[in-house]
Amino acid sequence: MRAVTRVEGRAYPFGAKNIDTDIIIPAHWLKTVTREGLGKGAFEALRREPGNVFDDPAYAGSPILIAGENFGCGSSREHAAWALGDMGVRAVIAPSYSDIFSGNAVKNGIVPVVLPQDAIDRLVEVAREGAAITVDLESMSVTTPWQDRFVFEMDPFRRQCLIEGLDEIGITLAKDTAISKYEAAVGSDRPWIAGGSRNEGVAVEGAGRT
Amino acid sequence: MASKPRTLYEKIWADHVVERRDDGTCLIYIDRHLIHEVTSPQAFAGLAAAGRRVRRPELTLAVPDHNLPTTARVDAAGRRLPIADPASAQQLEMLERNTAAFGIRYIGATDAEQGIVHVVGPEQGFTLPGTTLVCGDSHTSAHGALGALAFGIGTSEVEHVLATQTLLLKQSKTMEVRVDGTLGFGVSAKDVILAIIGRIGAAGGTGHVIEYTGEVIRALSVEGRLTISNMSIEGGARAGLIAPDETTFTYLKGRPMAPAGEDWERAVAYWRTLPTDAGAIYDKRVVLNGDEIAPSLTWGTSPEDVVPITGAVPEPESFADPSKQAAARKSLDYMGLTPGTRMQDVGIEHVFIGSCTNSRIEDLRAAAKVVEGRRVADRIRQALVVPGSGLVKRQAEAEGLDRIFVEAGFEWREPGCSMCLAMNPDKVPPGERCASTSNRNFVGRQGPGARTHLVSPAMAAAAAVTGRLTDVRELVAGS
Repeated sequence: MRAVTRVEGRAYPFGAKNIDTDIIIPAHWLKTVTREGLGKGAFEALRREPGNVFDDPAYAGSPILIAGENFGCGSSREHAAWALGDMGVRAVIAPSYSDIFSGNAVKNGIVPVVLPQDAIDRLVEVAREGAAITVDLESMSVTTPWQDRFVFEMDPFRRQCLIEGLDEIGITLAKDTAISKYEAAVGSDRPWIAGGSRNEGVAVEGAGRT
Repeated sequence: MASKPRTLYEKIWADHVVERRDDGTCLIYIDRHLIHEVTSPQAFAGLAAAGRRVRRPELTLAVPDHNLPTTARVDAAGRRLPIADPASAQQLEMLERNTAAFGIRYIGATDAEQGIVHVVGPEQGFTLPGTTLVCGDSHTSAHGALGALAFGIGTSEVEHVLATQTLLLKQSKTMEVRVDGTLGFGVSAKDVILAIIGRIGAAGGTGHVIEYTGEVIRALSVEGRLTISNMSIEGGARAGLIAPDETTFTYLKGRPMAPAGEDWERAVAYWRTLPTDAGAIYDKRVVLNGDEIAPSLTWGTSPEDVVPITGAVPEPESFADPSKQAAARKSLDYMGLTPGTRMQDVGIEHVFIGSCTNSRIEDLRAAAKVVEGRRVADRIRQALVVPGSGLVKRQAEAEGLDRIFVEAGFEWREPGCSMCLAMNPDKVPPGERCASTSNRNFVGRQGPGARTHLVSPAMAAAAAVTGRLTDVRELVAGS
C-alpha cells in the first residue's frame, strides 16, 4: 500500500451528507475485475448536474474531498475507495463515515479525516476560494493558509498503516503460530466450526424448509 | 466472584480473539466466508500476485448472484445459455476459475442451490449461531438473525480472510433495539425494520453492533429475523444480531452444512450460552412499540426517509435540521413528489419482489396471498418476482405460488440480486417509480433516474394490483 503522511492541495468543496457508495460509484461500474480506471465513473449521477464541483476546472485533480456526515454509507464496495483514488483523492474530510468505507479508504492509502461540522463548513469556504489545505498525519491536523488549524483523532493502528503503508496481510501472515494455536483450540472446543456435516445434501424437506 | 454480565456480541467477540495488539486492535478469527462474483476477482488477483494461498478453503463458500441475469439459464435441452453482457460473463468465469484453482466450494449459476449469498448461507446451514461470518457485501448483516456476528467487508479484507482466515478489527460499541408488543394485521418484519431506521436514522448505528430484542423479534420466524438484521446496515450498523433460540435451532437442524449427531448436541449446548446476560449494559438503547408500527415505506432517497402508508409526503420545512431540509428538497425533486401528497395517491409503474431482504419463501407466500384472485394493474409496466434461491423457487412452485403470480401478470424469474441494484439487465427506467421489497432507495440504485419506494412483500403486491402505493390492510380487508 502507498504510504501517506501529508496531503496538500486544493479540495473539492462538496459538503453533502449521507453520500452513499452508489453515488460514489454506481453498480454498473462494478463489473470490472481490476482495481484501476474507476475514476471516470466516480460521482457519475452528480456529474450530470450542471455546475457540479467535480467537473469544475477550478477543482480538477484536487487531492482532498470535503464531505458531510455519514460519507460512504451503503454498499461495502471497495470500488468506491478505488474510484476516489483513481480520481486523485488522497484524503477525505467529513464529520463521520460509514464503518466499512473508512476501513476501505485506509487500505487504499486514502486518509479519512474526522472533523466536526463547523470545521467542515469553514473548510468548504476555504476550498471554494481555491486555497490549498494541508492534512498532516504526523501532527494530526488540518491547516489552511489563513492560520486555521483543526486537530483530529484517528485509531493508532490505522494511522500507523497509513504512515508506513503497511501490508496488513503480511503482518497477519507473520502471526501464523498464534492463528494455528487458535484453530487447534477451536477444533476441540467447537469441532463443528471446521465444517464437514454428516447431514444429507438436501435442504428442502417439505414446507418451509427452504 | 460472578463474572461481569456480557452481551451476545461481547461473547462472540471474546471467543474469536486470536491476539490483541497493544493499540487495542484485535486479530479476529473468521469462521465463515461467503464470496460472489463482483467483489472477489481483485482479491484472488492479489493473492496470486503475492504468491499466497487460501488458508482454509473449506470455510469459504462461493455463489454467483449479483450480476447473473434472472432470465432462463439453460435451454430446453438443459444446455447452459451464454450471458449476453461480456463483463458479467467474465466475472462469472473468474469466480468459477478462482474457486477451482484455490479449492473453494462453489455453487454454480445453474445449480439448484444457487441464489443470493445471504439466502443461501442460512438455507444451507452454512450460517451458524456464535460464528463470525463475513462477505464482500454490506447486507451480510442479515446472517446476524441466526446469532452470527456477520458483517460486510471490502475486497482487501476478502483477500485478508482468504489468506489468513482472520481480520484486524476494533471492537464496536453495542446498541440494543428492543421492539415490544405485538404486530398488527398486515404488518411484517420489513415494516418493523423500516420503522427502526426511520427512528434511529441512516447513521444511527454507525460504530455499533445492534442487537434486536423484545417480544416482536422473539415472535418472528428466522425468515422475518433475516429481513430485520439484513437492513441493519441501512441504519448505519455493520452488524445486527438476534440471540439464537428454539426458533433458530429448529430452523437449522438437518440443514446440509449444519452440524449433525454429537456435534449438533454440543453446538446447541454452546449456542444456549450465547444470549446476553441479565444486567449486561449496552452503550445505546432504543425501544419501539410494535403495536404502533403501521405498514411503512420510504418517500425519499435515504432509507431513513420513512412514513406509514397512512401518511403523506413530508414538507421539507418539517425537519428541524436545515441540512436535512435541503436534502429532503433534493430527494423530493429526484422522486418527483410534492409535499402533502398522500402516499396512497402516488402511482407506480414497476414492482420488484425479491432481494436478500425479502425473497425467502415466507415473503413470496405473503405476496401471493395478496395477489391471489387479483390482476396486476394496467399501468404497471413490469412486475417481477425473483426468488432468493433455487430452493426457494422450487418450494414456491411446489406450493403453486408461481402460478398465482404468473396468472396475475407477474414475471417469475431465476434467483439473483436483480433489480435491487441494477447490475444485471433488470432495471427501472429513468423517471419511473418502483414499489420494491429491496433495501436501498438511493439515487440511481435501481437504474439511473429510477425512483424507489421500499416496502414489504405484501405492500409490493398490493401496489401491483392497484397501480399505486396502497395500504395492504385496506385492500385485503375490503375483499
